[in-house]
Amino acid sequence: MEDKKIAVSLRDVSKRFGKVQANSKVSLDIYNGEILALLGENGSGKTTLMNMLAGLYFPDEGQIVINGQEAIIANPRDSFKYGIGMVHQHFKLVDVLTATENIILGLNGKLGKKQAREKIVEICDKYGFDLDPDKKIYDMSVSEKQTVEIVKVLYRNASILILDEPTAVLTPQEVEKLFNVLRKMKADGKAIVIITHKLHEVEELSDKVAVLRKGKYIGTLITKETTIQEMTDMMVGESINLDIERPDPVNPKKRIEVKNLSVVSDDGLKKLDDVSFDINSGEILGIAGISGCGQKELLEAIAGLQKTCDGSSITYIGDDGSKEEIVGMDPLKVSRMGISFSFVPEDRLGMGLVGNMDIVNNMMLRSYRNKGIPGFVERKEPRKLAEDVVNELNVVTPGITTPVRRLSGGNVQKVLVGREIASAPKVLLTAYAVRGLDINSSLMIYDLLNQQKKKGVAVVFVGEDLDVLLALSDRILVMCGGKVSGIIDGRTADKNKVGLLMTKLGGEE
Amino acid sequence: MENKRREPLFHIVKRDTLPAWQSVGIRIIAILIALVVCAILTTALTGDNPFDVYYTMFQGAFGTERKTWFTLRDLSILLLISLALTPAFKMCFWNIGGEGQVLAGALAAAACMICLEDKIPDPVIVLLMIVTSIFAGAFWAFIPAICKAVWNTNETLSTLMMNYIATQLVAFFIIKWEVPKGSGKIGMICQDSHVGWLVDPMGNKFLLSIIVAAVITVIMYIYLKYTKHGYEIAVLGGSVQTARYAGIKVGKVIVRTVCLSGALCGVVGLLLVGSVNHTLTTTIVGGQGFTAVMVSWLAQFNPFVMVLTSLLIIFLDRGASAIATSFGVNESFSDMITGIILFFIIGCEFFIRYKVIFKKNSAEATVNTAKAEAKENSTEKIKDKATANEEKEDEE
Repeated sequence: MEDKKIAVSLRDVSKRFGKVQANSKVSLDIYNGEILALLGENGSGKTTLMNMLAGLYFPDEGQIVINGQEAIIANPRDSFKYGIGMVHQHFKLVDVLTATENIILGLNGKLGKKQAREKIVEICDKYGFDLDPDKKIYDMSVSEKQTVEIVKVLYRNASILILDEPTAVLTPQEVEKLFNVLRKMKADGKAIVIITHKLHEVEELSDKVAVLRKGKYIGTLITKETTIQEMTDMMVGESINLDIERPDPVNPKKRIEVKNLSVVSDDGLKKLDDVSFDINSGEILGIAGISGCGQKELLEAIAGLQKTCDGSSITYIGDDGSKEEIVGMDPLKVSRMGISFSFVPEDRLGMGLVGNMDIVNNMMLRSYRNKGIPGFVERKEPRKLAEDVVNELNVVTPGITTPVRRLSGGNVQKVLVGREIASAPKVLLTAYAVRGLDINSSLMIYDLLNQQKKKGVAVVFVGEDLDVLLALSDRILVMCGGKVSGIIDGRTADKNKVGLLMTKLGGEE
Repeated sequence: MENKRREPLFHIVKRDTLPAWQSVGIRIIAILIALVVCAILTTALTGDNPFDVYYTMFQGAFGTERKTWFTLRDLSILLLISLALTPAFKMCFWNIGGEGQVLAGALAAAACMICLEDKIPDPVIVLLMIVTSIFAGAFWAFIPAICKAVWNTNETLSTLMMNYIATQLVAFFIIKWEVPKGSGKIGMICQDSHVGWLVDPMGNKFLLSIIVAAVITVIMYIYLKYTKHGYEIAVLGGSVQTARYAGIKVGKVIVRTVCLSGALCGVVGLLLVGSVNHTLTTTIVGGQGFTAVMVSWLAQFNPFVMVLTSLLIIFLDRGASAIATSFGVNESFSDMITGIILFFIIGCEFFIRYKVIFKKNSAEATVNTAKAEAKENSTEKIKDKATANEEKEDEE
């Protein structure tokens, strides 16, 4: 592959958002006629890096060299000029216009719709796209919209294509179609970068794999010569000796029985497909899976925040063995039945807390109804609770009347977890409870979860770090594409096995 | 050199909350700049002494006792509408239908007076007026609210459209009830019997709306800050997802809050017909339903600050018409002055919330980007301070 020409070269590129170092001195070469997979955990800076090529962000430091010359990409227009085209994860199309109109939108010069249409048809024939240039966007399926985005980029004569998680929203058949198109483009000498979480897709499609971790460039592997194991190791980094305690389950009893749970999203995608499992008291159930495989929907369905399909069943089993069907009930109704659920959602400020409110006000979010003089809120208890949480969990904040949006991610999370645990729940659902937290804060959260477990609480821990899941959970439920791929014992589980279950249903080759 | 570093000219950064004195300072500077700009414009266009103009403005608003009362009355009406809109706004429900909701209340009050004048005793009529106008205002808000709650329609459009319906409805009834026939006006309602005229406390006909405004300001402050309803409104305004997570019934809170908003607008309609004007016209609200949006926003939904912001608007408004009459310039000129002052006051909010970092020459630019890292990096700390100082100057 030595004869391949470098299309784009990133040199020591850094980007910082406030306190977050999104990219730190990343150097990366992208070759013509090659497909490069960009790999990394959530928040490792893949998208930020590519957005700098697309002209959406401007690098704080470093150079971008295109075809041997330093390039300044200050806006998307510059990016087009250099032949870079990016297909974003969230499509940027105008619904009421046709494919053709969307494709020529923003171009200079006369709107030559007829010529444009001809050129589009030509591009489609060349690469084997299936696209009706006169169809309106709102009539299109997700995959058709994606096709429009790709054709749009090709129409602008892009020679460097960046695709941000293009397969996340596609069916397997559509993925295959897309890959064929990408291979044709590669044969045509274009440089292609694909951001993805799915390792088997990386293996299938790419020539090289570049790995980012925590904003830093770790290395590039030749796909043929590497294994999924090696890629994961690079992605996750050396496993830090996380000394996570795992006490034995305390008198585990069935607490929640989930049966045939299915969820369909608003745009008709099946997010959860016939999921059945049990949650036990006094036990931590880990949930593993590539992000977006239905973990969010699963927790929200149990918490009563997600519409479920007919036939789904979620049964709560009380201490005395009484059974209550709680599927489809809103959180208020469930709590009025005397069932105390705690839920630490993935989207902390978008769902778990109100960013503009201070810590005190956030403390009473789930309990304000039952306290104080009727009609008026009572802030004495929440204030005490806020002080306790700040002290016990070492929340770094100017005071308890500081709006939570002004705290750092880890501290926001402590406030949220602190509140949820304070309500003495029977069931504690957590989604990515340690995301964005440093090691010490993470360990503190694990500790809190273990304490809850010892109290007999049924804890569900959705995590992304396999090492943590393996060290903390009593049982691990592995999800893949909205289905249960397997449930394994946390004490005997093998990381490899979990990885395979995550990427392939049932884990078979 | 073609490859010269070409950075964007400046970029904008959101800043942390400023200390109170700094944000007040920025506002004062903005007002001063506005006054200077107005002064230059006045001298350039009319040749008048700008200080005379400002003095006249003040005289126009507070020159005599009578003028002061008028100012206070106008203030109270605008304040009341602003207070009415605030709960909805705080919930991120963009109720720009205040105009229509006030008109609906006014129409209901007028209908009671006109249709029942000789039929039932005065106190009953007053009671009926109060009830019907509150209901009419609430109903006018209920329609967009229920649409939003059930079908998630865009409330900006629906509340706006309800305004036009209310105006046309009032126009229709004015023709129906016109006195004398053919005049196209209603004139003073119950001019002789004074049926349905609300009381004038201490014989002062301005006082009623002022008292109502003062009471509602306090109540609204308590409602938003200390009640469960107020808390729910704030949560819902923060994030609908969070509200659902907290078990708040989103649709119910939307309908309840928006109806409250409309009901208060109805009260304003009642005051306008029953106390301030004793008549009904299609322009009785005079666009204050929209001005109130600005008042409420400028005060950042704090009822007490709203007293100040509505005072500012009314002061400018009355001052401007005083300039127009006493300097013999046309109305547009005074509108220009009000416009300029408002532009600066609203514009300075941007500088309170954001910081503009201008392009430096390239050496400094790198220092600037390294600013955050510089905290750990002592060598650059000194340079950093230098740039920080420059930034401060840039903002001014």
